[in-house]
Amino acid sequence: MTLAVFFGCTFIAFGPAFGLFVFTIARDPLRIIILIAGAFFWLVSLLLSSLIWFIAVKASDPRDEPLQKGLLIFGVMFSVLLQEAFRFLYYKLLRKAIEGLVALSEDGCSPISIQQMAYVAGVGFGLMSGAFSMINLLADALGPGTVGIYGDSQLYFLTSAFMTMVLIFLHTFWGILFFHGCEHRRWWEITAVVVMHLAVSGSVYVVEPAPSQDPEALRDARVPTTLALPSILAARVAVTFSAISFLLHWGTLASPSTAHTGVWLWQPADKCDWGWLALMPLWEPPENGLVLGDSALLASL
Amino acid sequence: MTFNRVTDFLASEFSLLTMSEESEESVPLLPLQQESMASALFNTDQNDNSERRRHDNSGRRRNDNPESETNGQPQNNIQQVVEQDEEEDEELTLKYGAKHVIMLFVPVTLCMVVVVATIKSVSFYTRKDGQLIYTPFTEETETVGQRALNSILNAAIMISVIIVMTILLVVLYKYRCYKVIHGWLIISSLLLLFFFSFIYLGEVFKTYNVAMDYITVALIIWNFGVVGMICIHWKGPLRLQQAYLIMISALMALVFIKYLPEWTAWLILAVISVYDLVAVLCPKGPLRMLVETAQERNETLFPALIYSSTMIWLVNMAEEDPEAQRKATKNSTYDKQAPANQTRNEDAEADDGGFSQEWQQQRDNRIGPIESTPESRAAVQALPSNSQTSEDPEERGVKLGLGDFIFYSVLVGKASATASGDWNTTLACFVAILIGLCLTLLLLAIFKKALPALPISITFGLVFYFATDNLVQPFMDQLAFHQFYI
Repeated sequence: MTLAVFFGCTFIAFGPAFGLFVFTIARDPLRIIILIAGAFFWLVSLLLSSLIWFIAVKASDPRDEPLQKGLLIFGVMFSVLLQEAFRFLYYKLLRKAIEGLVALSEDGCSPISIQQMAYVAGVGFGLMSGAFSMINLLADALGPGTVGIYGDSQLYFLTSAFMTMVLIFLHTFWGILFFHGCEHRRWWEITAVVVMHLAVSGSVYVVEPAPSQDPEALRDARVPTTLALPSILAARVAVTFSAISFLLHWGTLASPSTAHTGVWLWQPADKCDWGWLALMPLWEPPENGLVLGDSALLASL
Repeated sequence: MTFNRVTDFLASEFSLLTMSEESEESVPLLPLQQESMASALFNTDQNDNSERRRHDNSGRRRNDNPESETNGQPQNNIQQVVEQDEEEDEELTLKYGAKHVIMLFVPVTLCMVVVVATIKSVSFYTRKDGQLIYTPFTEETETVGQRALNSILNAAIMISVIIVMTILLVVLYKYRCYKVIHGWLIISSLLLLFFFSFIYLGEVFKTYNVAMDYITVALIIWNFGVVGMICIHWKGPLRLQQAYLIMISALMALVFIKYLPEWTAWLILAVISVYDLVAVLCPKGPLRMLVETAQERNETLFPALIYSSTMIWLVNMAEEDPEAQRKATKNSTYDKQAPANQTRNEDAEADDGGFSQEWQQQRDNRIGPIESTPESRAAVQALPSNSQTSEDPEERGVKLGLGDFIFYSVLVGKASATASGDWNTTLACFVAILIGLCLTLLLLAIFKKALPALPISITFGLVFYFATDNLVQPFMDQLAFHQFYI
């Protein structure tokens, strides 16, 4: 473990997001504020959902394992729904803010468009979600220890880092799609985002094995990585889908009504900037699902 | 560390109370007073040439009149508000409001980062080595009820000490005992810059097992302290001064984190935000009276208690005459920089003092083409300052009291030191405090009067600390266990 794993996982998980932040958000104070407010909204949604989960857990029998599992699933689903609800609330708040900014500006147009706000809000949600998932892991990675010493997969940190990165991207795209759907009253977009979020969050459960009765494995408490693979693949497919949807909306996002507020984020030279994500599924080797060694997992990633 | 002996010496010098039990350690009163004063919030709004700034977010903190009065002209509340300027100013205010928010986000974040990094690495500040004399009741009791009672008493004592000190300071200020106040402030910054940083350096060396001799340490601390005193109380580069203010806030916050027991710390944070609210908003509040007195006298308030994010350029308004220059800058605060004063009139063409042609044209359009001669300068200085402050609105800065820095950092530091959720809790408190600061600035832009900066942020911070630690952490634990990502 220690420094190599720590830095590696940090950069895997937060590198792209950090790049996004530095190149598109850090220059403009308004975007930084929107970012932090987005993180705050995500945090509040998490707080409320964990409150509900906590009450449910306290009210139930702690020894009943399947019940606890079921309550956790319920907690996850409820949390996802609440996150999307707060995304909607944030959309409402940002709409009001845009009206205020327009009223105060000299030339009648807001210094920032709703699409840019959608992007920044998505990054805010994603960063906070990723940070909450990953930071304690990273802190543990800095200390002594050996991952997988009890026979579990050694790639726990890596898969967590990749999953976090994927999730940050997903939140970004979901933010864009969601706000776009709210702007243009396209309910199918909003439901698509919610369904995707539920699918991604719930996909781990689908592939997780029954909890092992071996006390040693329980003590180490790490899920075998090979079983997280399908969830990562599902997440990558979702990212691809989101990216494609985002690209499809590129034209409408840079619509004439907002064209004078400036370019989308910065001037990407061509639309291929996001297209590389679509190429990723093409690199997967053919799977033989039964015997999937860790090296094959790495190659596919 | 012969902490007791040193503090006994200092206390005897200033006739303060200390306890000489070996298990107790005492910290002299001065830094406490310093930060309690600094947590107050003033606006700079009621001056005439702050009519523009009235709509500006810079009118948040203590009234540093020379910051707004850039030319030594006596402040008289002339109602020379230019009407069309008001609307422009409103727009400019809120347009540049975001920039001012970020100008505060950055130092607050830096201070918190320093505190959290120290707490996580240097174990000295999480080790229990006794308590302050202001919190005499211990929290190592048998029953929970006893502990609660003790912490309530501790918080009550601390708050009453702060209230007494604030009232004392207001009284001193009212009766113009400036020398006492300045001496007080200088002593406390000396303490912070030399003594506490010496301890800090020593502990950092111990943590990383660095061998160091006393001569080198003496040299380092001497230089650090002297440059700090000069920067804070006199003049210095703005960034250096800001860095020093952040460092002393962090040091003070670390002292609080170390010497305040847990429940006491949370109670004190809660009570002091209520006190801040009362002291600034109530008509008889001490801090409000302080501000109003300062504004009546058109004086600057205390240096070394406020973080300022920018300075005002005395462009081409400098007097050549050294006496006049000294007079002009006599009321200046630490946050004015000297270079603008160096422009000489003879080479006005060749040396434009760093100001571009456009700027000079803009100035000429405002007040007519004027050569920067002593006569013209005197004439312009006699004008109401509204029309001659043609500075870029972005250069108007925003101020935040050091007490706010300290208490924000105490909250985040305590969260990182004692939370079971650890980094999640720290991050949640950090975001909560930043959002509280943002909301406070927004309220300021709306209400345009003095507002306390502690209540909203501290409330959010406390709510998020307890909620994250008790509710979110078990949930996240379970999610991480099963590798759920939400």
